[in-house]
Amino acid sequence: MDKPTFVYVTYIATTLDKLWEALTSEAFTQQYWGDGQLQSDWEVGSSVQHINPDGESDWQGEVLQSEPPQRLAYTFQLPNETELQPSRVRFELEQSGTTVKLTLIHDRLDTQSCLNVSRRWTVSLSYLKRLLEIEDGLAWVA
Amino acid sequence: MDAVFKALADPSRRKLLDQLYIHNGQTLGELCEHLDMTRQAVTKHLALLETAHLIAIIWQGREKLHYLNPAPIQEIYDRWLSKYERHQLDALSELKRKLEETNKEPEHG
Repeated sequence: MDKPTFVYVTYIATTLDKLWEALTSEAFTQQYWGDGQLQSDWEVGSSVQHINPDGESDWQGEVLQSEPPQRLAYTFQLPNETELQPSRVRFELEQSGTTVKLTLIHDRLDTQSCLNVSRRWTVSLSYLKRLLEIEDGLAWVA
Repeated sequence: MDAVFKALADPSRRKLLDQLYIHNGQTLGELCEHLDMTRQAVTKHLALLETAHLIAIIWQGREKLHYLNPAPIQEIYDRWLSKYERHQLDALSELKRKLEETNKEPEHG
C-alpha cells in the first residue's frame, strides 16, 4: 500500500448522516465544487463522474468503498492522465463528542497534482464545514 | 484556537511542522533524524501539535505516520482574511517569496 500523500482532518459541528449526505448529494456537490457536481449511486464498483457546468465529464473514478455514514472511498482520474495510476480519495467520518471528525486521505498523487489537490481540498472542506455549520445555525434560528 | 496558537508559539514545534511540510507522512524516527532534540522531546512536541489538530496521525500497518493538517491554519486564514483580498495577498506573498529567494535565508523569522 502506498503512503497517503495528503491528509486533512476537520471537526464539523453536524451529524454523521448530514455529513455523509453532503459528501454524496448532487445538489451539495454542485455547491461544494462550485464548477460542477459529482454523480454516482455510491455503490461499490459504480462510477463517479464529475460533471462540469457544460454537462461534460471532467474526470471520473470508481467507488472503492461505501459504508454509510462512516466510510467512502473512490478513485479520481483526469481524462488526459489515463496512463497514470488513478489517485484515490478516502473519507472517514467519526462521531467526536458533539462534532463529527472528518478525515480525508488522498494518495497516489504525483507532486504537482498534490500541490493542486491540497489547495483545492483545503478550500473545499473549509467551505463544506462552514456550510454545514451555518445551515445548522439557520435551522436553530428558524 | 488557543491550542493552535500555543502549539505554534514554539520554534521547535514550528520546525517539526516545517519538516512535515517538506516531507509529509513521517514516522517519529524519521522526524528525529533532522532535529537536534531527544526522542522524548519530539514525542512531547508532537503530542501538543496533535492536540491542536495541527498534525494528523495515520496508521499504516504498524507504522505511525505524522501528517501536517492544514485545517486549523485554513480556519485562521478564513477568520481574518477577506475572500476578496485573497488574490492580492497571493500576489504579494509570491512577490516577497520571489524577491527573497536570492537572499538564501533559511527561515522566515
